[in-house]
Amino acid sequence: MSADTMTANGGEQVAFYDLDEHDHPEGGSTLLGFWIYLMSDCLIFAMLFATYGVLGHNYAGGPGPRQLFELPLVALNTAMLLFSSITYGFAMLAMNQNKVTQTQIWLLVTALFGIAFLTIELTEFAALIHEGATPQRSAFLSAFFTLVGTHGLHVTFGLVWLFTLMVQIGTKGLIPANRRRLMCLSLFWHFLDVIWIGVFTFVYLMGMLR
Amino acid sequence: MSAHQHAPHAAGEPHGHGDHEGGAAHGSYGSYLLGFGLSVVLTAIPFWLVMAHVLPNQVAGYVIMAFAAIQIVVHMILFLHLDSKSEAGWNMMALAFTVVVLVITLSGSLWVMYNMNTNMMPMSVEDMRQMP
Amino acid sequence: MSPQFVPISPIFGRFTIASLPLQEPIVVGTFCMVALGGLALVAALTWFKLWGYLWKEWFTSVDHKKIGVMYMVLGLVMFLRGFSDAIMMRAQQAIAFNGSEGYLNAHHYDQVFTAHGVIMIFFVAMPFVTGLMNFIVPLQIGARDVSFPFLNNFSFWMTVGGAVIVMMSLFVGEFARTGWLAYPPLSGVAYSPGVGVDYYIWALQIAGVGTLLSGVNLIATIVKMRAPGMTMMRMPIFTWTALCTNILIVAAFPVLTAVLVLLSLDRYVGTDFFTNTLGGNPMMYVNLIWIWGHPEVYILILPLFGVFSEVTSTFSGKRLFGYSSMVYATVVITILSYVVWLHHFFTMGSGASVNSFFGITTMVISIPTGAKLFNWLFTMYRGRIRFELPMLWTIAFMVTFTIGGMTGVMLAVPPADFVLHNSLFLIAHFHNVIIGGVVFGVFAAINFWFPKAFGFRLDPFWGKISFVCWVSGFWIAFTPLYVMGLMGVTRRLRTFDDPSLQIWFIIAALGAVLIAFGIVALLVQIAVSILNRDKLRDTTGDPWHGRTLEWSTSSPPPEYNFAFTPIVHDTDAWWDMQERGAVRPTSGFKAIHMPRGTWAGIVLAGLSVAFGVAMIWYVWWLAILSFVGVIGVAIVHTFNYKRDYHIPAEEVTRVESERTRQLAAEA
Repeated sequence: MSADTMTANGGEQVAFYDLDEHDHPEGGSTLLGFWIYLMSDCLIFAMLFATYGVLGHNYAGGPGPRQLFELPLVALNTAMLLFSSITYGFAMLAMNQNKVTQTQIWLLVTALFGIAFLTIELTEFAALIHEGATPQRSAFLSAFFTLVGTHGLHVTFGLVWLFTLMVQIGTKGLIPANRRRLMCLSLFWHFLDVIWIGVFTFVYLMGMLR
Repeated sequence: MSAHQHAPHAAGEPHGHGDHEGGAAHGSYGSYLLGFGLSVVLTAIPFWLVMAHVLPNQVAGYVIMAFAAIQIVVHMILFLHLDSKSEAGWNMMALAFTVVVLVITLSGSLWVMYNMNTNMMPMSVEDMRQMP
Repeated sequence: MSPQFVPISPIFGRFTIASLPLQEPIVVGTFCMVALGGLALVAALTWFKLWGYLWKEWFTSVDHKKIGVMYMVLGLVMFLRGFSDAIMMRAQQAIAFNGSEGYLNAHHYDQVFTAHGVIMIFFVAMPFVTGLMNFIVPLQIGARDVSFPFLNNFSFWMTVGGAVIVMMSLFVGEFARTGWLAYPPLSGVAYSPGVGVDYYIWALQIAGVGTLLSGVNLIATIVKMRAPGMTMMRMPIFTWTALCTNILIVAAFPVLTAVLVLLSLDRYVGTDFFTNTLGGNPMMYVNLIWIWGHPEVYILILPLFGVFSEVTSTFSGKRLFGYSSMVYATVVITILSYVVWLHHFFTMGSGASVNSFFGITTMVISIPTGAKLFNWLFTMYRGRIRFELPMLWTIAFMVTFTIGGMTGVMLAVPPADFVLHNSLFLIAHFHNVIIGGVVFGVFAAINFWFPKAFGFRLDPFWGKISFVCWVSGFWIAFTPLYVMGLMGVTRRLRTFDDPSLQIWFIIAALGAVLIAFGIVALLVQIAVSILNRDKLRDTTGDPWHGRTLEWSTSSPPPEYNFAFTPIVHDTDAWWDMQERGAVRPTSGFKAIHMPRGTWAGIVLAGLSVAFGVAMIWYVWWLAILSFVGVIGVAIVHTFNYKRDYHIPAEEVTRVESERTRQLAAEA
């Protein structure tokens, strides 16, 4: 890069202006920005965990974890999410190898696991509500539904995003902008799995230990 | 889509971004499968510990928390490809700061609210039953 | 339990004609004035055919300079509303003695003090601070815009959206009557079944999205887009405080979002987070909201600390004393601001050990602030001080804020706080630090950077009138409150039984009137400056002999900020360039890559406001429609991949040649 050699005293070559700069490919801040956003999302979940921690023992004479949670179902759900994480990983590997169709297939498989996760979770919620364990019944249940439900909402948004990206990859291919978007969704998707580790540990497993 | 600056790539000096997209590393089939395998183990053991009532409750609690912490680290390294070099260390710093704030606010809230509840009048019949 | 107190129509939700405050003369009068003024404005814009210009050059702009200016305009407009609330309170409290009920009944008075707090914090101070950071930071780091220009535009319009919702509450329905933090159970649906708290919630949630995204944007900008050679420890100190502020924003606003969601769930769905029954705990709300609330006040003050650093070093003609210690002090304040929050509710009953811990941390956090003050004083020492308006405001800040800070340390002592909590002493304290710190700082910043933004300075004469009125007005308005607080007078009272207090309230009201003159003088200052702009013109781009990179550009800067990105070798980069004889290039300009403007920000914000209003009034069909609309428009926007363009080299050459001519004429 050529430097501007303007100085007051002779001899010293100090550059004050970048005369040879060229356009940089766009999106240099995207991943950092998205990561910072994820940290803020992490703090939202932290507050929901804190609320669950403080209010989670207030059963108000109603049902508690032992009466409500079915660990085998939770284990199945955890498996769905874990599988979806690895299939998204495979989608990213396919993207790095420029294989559009393979990327799309792995994305679709990820979505199917995600939909399975949501379906199981919604049936769990429906069953709880059917037995009278509604979010209104007690502070414990309010905190439970909000924490687990917020995670599920994030998964839902992730799926909407995923399908949108599939359309965009279908029309424009794996252009740099779409790659960046896939990488952001990758961060998002794995982050949701990390949150789920917290959920199944602190809500479901610890709940059964009370 | 803002204009970026070109930079002399000297140590300690800022530059727009690395040669590949944002400095994000990518894994391989091996690393994803390893992550998956570790996660399965780190999930199955806590579930088994609780469902089979293997340990006394308080001990089990600490053990499964430790497993969760380890699994989160596994996810961070093998799935999220977090390392001290991504985004010139800023990702790690952002994560560290977030974790610090998380610990402060979580432990702070639990401590504060525990003290509040201890000092407050019982709110309900159920709370009364908990009194000594 | 879900709200069932008002019949809900499928089309209009719970809105009826009775929701309009037609029987309130003050509100109707205000509405008439606002409507007439608004119509006049619309008529003028139409007559002068300015809509196209406004849409293309301002509303859809992603230029950080334009967005910064729009934030400042928003802050100024909302300042007038927030101050009207203040004058109303002062008037009420001055006359409500000896059995008089005053002129405001409780129903309204409670809305007035709630709105005053909400507006001043969220729609005056935050926009001012965000506007300053938006305008200045890219220029100071030698960048052409922020990392995410579209998000920047969107963030601005979301903030406007929140302001629109708050303003709407004045004329349709009512506002919250809970105080600016809306503690439950009062803010729960059982005790506030009306629309007021819902207006509060949705205004804050919508504006909060804007603020959070702004935080992400500016952190990424400062980390990624600094000019070559500008290491972290060579950044201007304002940029450092901006970085720490935005870190605080990203780490604090999610807490506010979460708490308001929980409150909304209690109100809309009937959950039991903060209720009195079924296991709820209202104290948890207080805990969570202050985990947000304390960092929030540091978000407000830290950028202004940066402003004072820039102003002090510029008008003392000296490098800032103790740059490194300033940076460390700022970072320490950022971290410590997370471990003090309980001092806002010492009296809630957590006990001695908890109170002692937080009392000590609160006292500790005053230390780095003190270090900053000494650094400013040492910067001034043996400097050649020029008492221009920015410097005057800074000196007023130093005295005012320090005293306010000291009363804060008094409040930090838990036993003292048991007497002073929620008394007028507290009110005096936080107004002391917010007015002395944030408001005086914003005025210093406006006077300092106005010429950069608009090309001409602000009129010094009217500025000094404003200054004298504000400083004297502030002390006359708030010293009585300190006195009364020590005597035990509680905040938020509407009538008083003790006639001996009246004289203090009358003095306070006179102080408020003086401040009103100060505000009028500010508006006159702006008007006079525009009329006399040719006499006040800044042709060099550097009217104050500034030290940082923004002063190397023309006033106002070209759209692209820098024709060539500067290369930085030291702190106070512009000063360094001048000392070392850097010569501005006058040829060889290239095409410059710039982001395109977009309609998506204002449309998304508009749909969000529609959603908020629908949720407030239970108009479920509109809520669903606007929510789907937001998602749909956002998705459609992502299909637009063509978001940039190039400014041709000829255009850059033309603009730069004009500047060369201007600088030559100066010499």
